[in-house]
Amino acid sequence: MKINMQAIREEWFSNLRGDTLSGMVVALALIPEAIAFSIIAGVDPKVGLYASFCIAVVTAFAGGRPGMISAATGAMALLMVTLVKTHGLQYLLAATLLTGVLQILAGVFRLGSLMRFVSRSVVIGFVNALAILIFLAQLPELTNVGWQVYAMVAAGLGLIYLFPYVTKAIPSPLVCIVLLTAFALFTGVEVRTVGDMGALPDSLPVFLLPEVPLNWETLAIIFPVSLTLSVVGLLESMMTATIVDDLTDTSSNKNRECVGQGVANIATGFLGGMAGCAMIGQSVINIKSGGRGRLSTLLAGVFLLLMVVFLGDWVARIPMAALVAVMIMVAIGTFSWDSIRNVGKNPKSSTLVMLATVVVVVATHDLAKGVLVGVLLSALFFAHKIGQILHIGSSISDDGLTRSYSVVGQVFFTSAEKFIASFDFKEALQQVVIDVSRAHFWDITAIGALDKVVLKFRREGTAVEIIGLNQASETMVDRFAVHDKPDAVEALMGH
Amino acid sequence: MKTYVLACIDGSTYSPAVCDAAAWASLRLEAPLSFLHVLHKGQEAKGDDLSGSIGFGAQESLLEELASLDEQRGKLAMERGRQMLLAARERARAAGVVEPEGRQRHGDLVQTLTELEAGVRLLVLGRRGEAADVASEHLGSHLERVIRSLHRPILMTPPEFSAPQRVMIAFDGSATTLKGVEMVAGSPLFRGLPCHLVMVGGDSAEARAQLAKARKTLEEAGFEAPAVMLSGEVEKSLRQYQKDQGIDLIIMGAYGHSRIRHLLIGSTTTELMRRSAVPLLLLR
Repeated sequence: MKINMQAIREEWFSNLRGDTLSGMVVALALIPEAIAFSIIAGVDPKVGLYASFCIAVVTAFAGGRPGMISAATGAMALLMVTLVKTHGLQYLLAATLLTGVLQILAGVFRLGSLMRFVSRSVVIGFVNALAILIFLAQLPELTNVGWQVYAMVAAGLGLIYLFPYVTKAIPSPLVCIVLLTAFALFTGVEVRTVGDMGALPDSLPVFLLPEVPLNWETLAIIFPVSLTLSVVGLLESMMTATIVDDLTDTSSNKNRECVGQGVANIATGFLGGMAGCAMIGQSVINIKSGGRGRLSTLLAGVFLLLMVVFLGDWVARIPMAALVAVMIMVAIGTFSWDSIRNVGKNPKSSTLVMLATVVVVVATHDLAKGVLVGVLLSALFFAHKIGQILHIGSSISDDGLTRSYSVVGQVFFTSAEKFIASFDFKEALQQVVIDVSRAHFWDITAIGALDKVVLKFRREGTAVEIIGLNQASETMVDRFAVHDKPDAVEALMGH
Repeated sequence: MKTYVLACIDGSTYSPAVCDAAAWASLRLEAPLSFLHVLHKGQEAKGDDLSGSIGFGAQESLLEELASLDEQRGKLAMERGRQMLLAARERARAAGVVEPEGRQRHGDLVQTLTELEAGVRLLVLGRRGEAADVASEHLGSHLERVIRSLHRPILMTPPEFSAPQRVMIAFDGSATTLKGVEMVAGSPLFRGLPCHLVMVGGDSAEARAQLAKARKTLEEAGFEAPAVMLSGEVEKSLRQYQKDQGIDLIIMGAYGHSRIRHLLIGSTTTELMRRSAVPLLLLR
């Protein structure tokens, strides 16, 4: 008990000032995002705002990464569009609940560790695709509008990026929103406002059950959506957790985070909010503003709700142009510009994986598909690369009747062809000795290839002797865990 | 592996006392002495950038900024720690310890100590660390966690330490203190010093028998061991006795595992640790 108390104090109250200030900054930044993502999903802004409040507050307690910000996100909103359009909000709430359940299961079964199969290239592709999608989602607000809107967005962006040079004590997105709103009200210019996009919260959220029939048909409708939502939500949360880990040089509990995301989504489903997950941009803002502990996440949610409920009338008057400017900033901040700069330095395969991920995501608006393609491609490239590590040398005996082949390297499905092609079957010999003691036969394709070689030599009337097959096929065992001891690794690598 | 005396030092006012106590224990036990300085990186952020805006390469530049900040702090703290270790080793050498070691580890104090626990014979700690408020009567935030998570004897020093001449065992008849009596009897740490056995409350035939047995154990080991049975409030009586008899080190069990014992003894442990003007040897 006492030990936990210490951890609780450390995670909650070790950084009071920083957490309070950053909580406020993040709350201010969360409001435009939650509204924007609600609009993407096609629901009232209050759905996203309730979700952001609820997810932030719940993950503050249940999450596994202190200091990370979770709320309604663009990645998730994009996956809901069709469901909302065809079946309506109630089905979205049901899908949100199911997403939470699936995520809790993922946490319980420790699927967080599957993240290790997602390579860095895929992560960068994911992040870049996300940034592009957030940017693209702003385009409807920028087409078929008057020049005033363009001017306001440009002014907004200018304020966001230049105001920090004046002072860093006030969040510049807030300055942008306040000034643009004041300008619109003062001049009475005709531009679209947040109030035009749908209902804003007028009260604290209340507990409610989604009004959907409880039958198989409903499940069939929501399950595919929930599955993608849970996968994408966990992916982005795990990525964000890793980013926060790196930034703060601390560690997080990934499986607890999975469960925390699930609990948060179940709670938000019951409070009339849409599913969400961790946010890369907001978490970076939180750390940058000095947030480190759980308190920052909690306060972000609480401040957000207070501001929205009590300043709802004013929030409704924010011009969409101000929101668009903030979202463009988020897109720019989320995009990994280093990945463009490093295109020349990185291996081509890495760049290709990254680009494939981006293209698939932008084409399908589904981050899960992009990640799947990215992971598969990286696996293929890796298999190809490892298959290159194979050398077959040979020497002939003095009497010219026996040739000894020695095989060094990895033999498995990608290198089996090359393995067979390295033997000269046309040479007339009495005997062939194949030393495979320094080779590794990883799968049955490799063993099959060896059998084929032996057979081919036999058909030419050549006797075949194989040396060291036992060592070579040790790698066939599926229990890889036995190889983690230094001497076992030494024996396995044969050097 | 030869076990050693491990002394935790930081920049607090307790460090010289810890150093002296450790040197004394090391010489008595004929065990090597090792000083430990743990570098703990706090999570306090400076938070002067509330602009809330993220631009090109926000994540990379933030990582770079935070890393270089930590680097500067880390280098300073490491250098400071190195100086402290040097001073501590010098002090111990002057006290007659041969080749005291010094080491620095990154991480959390409790976790570091748990990792090193296997080789430790005796742990020496100050009552408070450098971060704790000196004026407060509270114990250092780490102390209770350290005591609860380690299973080695812990010598806790007040701000001043002088070699003890007269020690006492706060005896309650529990398994821990019975084992403690045997440990004292078998250890060279207190050999030759009078060792009072003090039991407070619960005067019964059984308690008297236990006390007599403990006394016999000590006397057989060559200790002068007056045993007394006191009444009244545990912590107060113990401190009163300590003052009256001029005792300058108290040996006691700390935080028993059962809940009831925690309520009774645990609070006594904390009270004594808080108020005691003499070193405490806490047994687990």
